[in-house]
Amino acid sequence: MTFQCDDRTVLDDWLTVGPSTRLTGRSSTNPYRTKLLSSDVDVWRDGQGKVVARCGDSTLMVQDAYGYLWICPSGKPTKTIFSFPEYAEPGRRIVDCDGIGVAVSGLRMVENFLDMGHFPYVHAHYLGEVPQTEVAAYEVNVDESAGEIWATNCRFYQPKTSKSATTGLDVQYRYRVMQPMSAILYKTAFPRPGEMDAIGLFVQPHDEESITAYCLLAYYDDTTTETDLLSFQHTIFGQDKPILENQRPKRMPLQPGSEVPTRCDAMSVAYRRWLKARGTSYGAVR
Amino acid sequence: MRLYDYELSGNCYKVRFLLHALGIAYERHSINFFPGREHKSDQFLSEVNPLGQIPVLEDDGLLLRDAQAILVYLASRYDKAKAWYPDDACLRGEIQVWLATADEITRTASAARLHDALGYTQFDIEACRAGAHEVFRVIDDHLSVRQAEGAQWLVGDRPTVADIACFPYIALAGEGGISIDGYPALRQWLWHFRSQPRFIGMAGIMALDLTHH
Repeated sequence: MTFQCDDRTVLDDWLTVGPSTRLTGRSSTNPYRTKLLSSDVDVWRDGQGKVVARCGDSTLMVQDAYGYLWICPSGKPTKTIFSFPEYAEPGRRIVDCDGIGVAVSGLRMVENFLDMGHFPYVHAHYLGEVPQTEVAAYEVNVDESAGEIWATNCRFYQPKTSKSATTGLDVQYRYRVMQPMSAILYKTAFPRPGEMDAIGLFVQPHDEESITAYCLLAYYDDTTTETDLLSFQHTIFGQDKPILENQRPKRMPLQPGSEVPTRCDAMSVAYRRWLKARGTSYGAVR
Repeated sequence: MRLYDYELSGNCYKVRFLLHALGIAYERHSINFFPGREHKSDQFLSEVNPLGQIPVLEDDGLLLRDAQAILVYLASRYDKAKAWYPDDACLRGEIQVWLATADEITRTASAARLHDALGYTQFDIEACRAGAHEVFRVIDDHLSVRQAEGAQWLVGDRPTVADIACFPYIALAGEGGISIDGYPALRQWLWHFRSQPRFIGMAGIMALDLTHH
């Protein structure tokens, strides 16, 4: 076995190993080396510009999509890579925030991304504010044909929803989970309130308890500098990091009753149920 | 006054903390430290800091690099009460010891955090962590003696630039895989530091009072 992972559902998914820009200046003799599922993976572009990935003696199935490198560890993907139409939508600005290492299970990282309840506490004065802590009821649905989860009609009062925000705003949210380690959130674009910005979270699992969390913005914002957009996003990630790293156990419990959800955790409950139903165990308590 | 700054930098935080404590307004000039490495760009090296490091403070025609140097400058120039950098030979000598120790913390604990969080794989992570533990042991020993005498701070009877300089990368040590569970005096000092009335946090160091900015 090339990878230390016996979870077929993760082996058959598309897992990122980072932004495509990592391959700049790299070659077969000086490849980009990174860790995926506890194994070293080498990636480079051949003479024709085609991306090549290897793990030991094995050639891996790899593709370049949405400015990121994606590997299907088994070489037998259950589906094509998820759609991300906002990436190519005219008028949107694409900003790659790169990734931050977090000592936590990839599943816990994604679950945190889907949670509104922590906004006023962990992201005080940015994504929420005490005492406006109530999470209004929202809807969660599993799209069986696409194999994705959606949370819709979410809203939350945010004092500073993005770098461009100059006042507080009742922000509309939608969440979408495409794979256990990939999700996108859509939220009201401050400069264009009728439209929604998209933020992609792509998790590279180095092993079951350590990851790099990459973030890609598809924003309606023509004025904020790239540095300021990055700075805002890194601030939010930096606030989440110690919270995630102090979660115990580091892996996600999927057994009902091992952690107690409340009504505002409907998305988390759906995510955990969905993981259990599809048989995902990598990064979960077994 | 302008600060060349990056939110996740503990060294930049030191300067933000003192500027806030002194009530000084300033322009926060964000640097694309990660992933852009703007601090290593030709322009930054030639015009701002040839060492390619942040923070850098621009004030009244002065361009000053090095977090500890900036703390000493700000406290000397703007702290009318002379509290953060007391005008006393013995205290200043002792403070200087901890300002130098802060550099050692940056070389070890901060480097471990850069390795784990921002992909600085060129660092020897085990050496960084071992080095951090050596420094933490020295500080914990010092603080346990101080605390036994009823004192709370590294030097003197109130917080000084010495405490600011040593605080962030100890508070953030966990992000480099360095546990501070074995340093009770250090943990108590962190708590005192965070309990100051004008405390501000940073991403990774939460303020105790969520209603404060």
